[in-house]
Amino acid sequence: MSATPVLALRGVSKRFGAVQALTDVELEIHPGEVVALVGDNGAGKSTLVKAIAGVGPADDGVIEWEGRPVTVDRPHTAQELGIATVYQDLALCDNLDVVGNLFLGREIVRAGVLDEVEMERRARELLATLAIRIPSVRIPIASLSGGQRQTVAIARSLLGEPKVVILDEPTAALGVEQTAQVLDLVERLRERGLGTILISHNMADVKAVADRVAVLRLGRNNGTFDVRSTSQEEIISAITGATDNAVTRRKARTAEAKK
Amino acid sequence: MTTNLSKAGDEPVDAAPAAEGAVTAVDPRLLVRQQGFKGYLDEFRRKTRSGELGSLPVVVGLIVIGIVFQLQDAAFLGAENLSNLFVTAAGTGLIAVGIVFVLILGEIDLSVGSVSGLAAAVFAVLNINNGMPEWLALLLAVLTGTVAGALHGFFFARIGVPAFVVTLAGLLGWNGLMLQVLGSNGTINLDDSGLVAKLTNFYFTDVAAAYGLATVAVLAFLGLSLLESRRRAAAGVPSRPLSETVLRTVVLAVPAYLVAWLLNQYKGLPLAVVIFLGVVVALDFVLRRTRYGRQVFALGGSVEAARRAGINVAFIRISVFSLAGTMAAVGGMFLASQINAANQSSGAGSLLMNAIAAAVIGGTSLFGGRGKTWSALLGVLVIQSIASGMALLGIASAVQFMITGAVLLAAVVIDSVSRKTQKTAGRA
Repeated sequence: MSATPVLALRGVSKRFGAVQALTDVELEIHPGEVVALVGDNGAGKSTLVKAIAGVGPADDGVIEWEGRPVTVDRPHTAQELGIATVYQDLALCDNLDVVGNLFLGREIVRAGVLDEVEMERRARELLATLAIRIPSVRIPIASLSGGQRQTVAIARSLLGEPKVVILDEPTAALGVEQTAQVLDLVERLRERGLGTILISHNMADVKAVADRVAVLRLGRNNGTFDVRSTSQEEIISAITGATDNAVTRRKARTAEAKK
Repeated sequence: MTTNLSKAGDEPVDAAPAAEGAVTAVDPRLLVRQQGFKGYLDEFRRKTRSGELGSLPVVVGLIVIGIVFQLQDAAFLGAENLSNLFVTAAGTGLIAVGIVFVLILGEIDLSVGSVSGLAAAVFAVLNINNGMPEWLALLLAVLTGTVAGALHGFFFARIGVPAFVVTLAGLLGWNGLMLQVLGSNGTINLDDSGLVAKLTNFYFTDVAAAYGLATVAVLAFLGLSLLESRRRAAAGVPSRPLSETVLRTVVLAVPAYLVAWLLNQYKGLPLAVVIFLGVVVALDFVLRRTRYGRQVFALGGSVEAARRAGINVAFIRISVFSLAGTMAAVGGMFLASQINAANQSSGAGSLLMNAIAAAVIGGTSLFGGRGKTWSALLGVLVIQSIASGMALLGIASAVQFMITGAVLLAAVVIDSVSRKTQKTAGRA
């Protein structure tokens, strides 16, 4: 793991009217690392993701990209930096085929005409390297299963050659087999040296693929854990706040300081 | 059955997985299509069963209509009747092409009839009453349609008024403006030998014209198909087998030469048919082969997905409504050319319903996201043959309305049912 994180949040805060949605949140993502972002509903996961993706910029704090501070105030800026976001509702067009969806918004054009052949070739190549199995790249997205759609959405985010991929609950609506497929894909992202932020409610998934777990509680950091040395119960108590007292806060602080 | 430039409706389906590298991206459960002619038939049968009917119902419909009317009156399939049928179909057909674009967005434009009447009135007043040169008056008349459409698009895309309501207001408003423009006379006759008159009364009388056009179309289709197949093969992606390309070319060539022969039996190749086909081919290209067309389809599939992909949603919406307005105006010029006048009933009556019905009957979905410009051509042929056949048999217009209404309902039922079947077959 390299010393400089590809993406780091320093003291990020965000306020909606009277609600302090995020307070001094810290987060680091290294290349080739899967960081699970967990927390109860309303803990601020989505707000944090929106701040990173440029959809809802933070009010305070610094976002560092490869060590230097950057301003991410528009989704476009985030994409240009190399941050790809796969939202929970996927944002695919049911009526377009897989190729059409993969290249939507960045179609390959030759002399003003869509270069379907090149797009199909690149699509097959991409799906093959990710070992994604779908019936055909030329069938409408509507014919695919939920897991297949999820893999297409993730593959789509990779076309822009990102360095960090944010997955918002990628396994939320999936069956056993499909969940496994998506988790395989997350591991392949790590092998490719991408930093991955995985938002999930499912502790089994988190334990299966994540390297570190960052817990948010009521808009604040509530500890960052190494997955291998932490039990599921410890993470859950951090999420629910059973550990949120002066003692654990102090412990977390000293632990952070030692790192 | 359609003269698509290179790839017709159904996309080529992946060939054997052997065509790929070590890792197969193809699900083993997939029914892999067999090579050759048998595979083509199997594929066709499978698609039909899962509700992907495409142009099948309308082609069957046309054949049934042809047989029924021919049995009643032998003149129906005669050269004169069919030639006239093609010419009269052009006006409504051009309007329907614009409707196809709007329907793909998942919206509707109810104003096209009024806009077409307005364009005819604007042309007549500028050219006949004010003595403006014909070409300039024609250009301004068509631009009137573009502006009217852009206005609908603006209220829909920027203000957020439902398209249905905006264009309903347009239906009434533009009709009022047309009456205002026409003034107290109510009818303005056009120049018998003018440009607009020629739109529907000019024929390329040389027999070579019709056969030449058919030959060019068939050769272009074959050439582009082969070229595409070669590029696909070179890139290592599945390509259409040669037998299928040949079959498609034959399926295109037979009706093309038949129609050319038929037209030559009467006055030759009508200019109206050339323009209509040209517009259908050009806009089909825009829709399926350009980034713009892809964005129109994307919007019909999911507005949110399109927006997140960085597509300028408002621009696409406004441009599509402008296009519908433009096509309505162009169609209006053809309709005015037929009666050689602009009058108070221009663009009124069943024109709007016929244009929308043509698009839907031809296979463009009312639910958005699916459609082709060719459906305007096929659909308008159905509508016009029914009208022509019933006129030939002297059926009262009361009955004509009821029958056309029933045909439209049937088309929408087919659309809805096929959509449902596609859903259950996991294809919608």
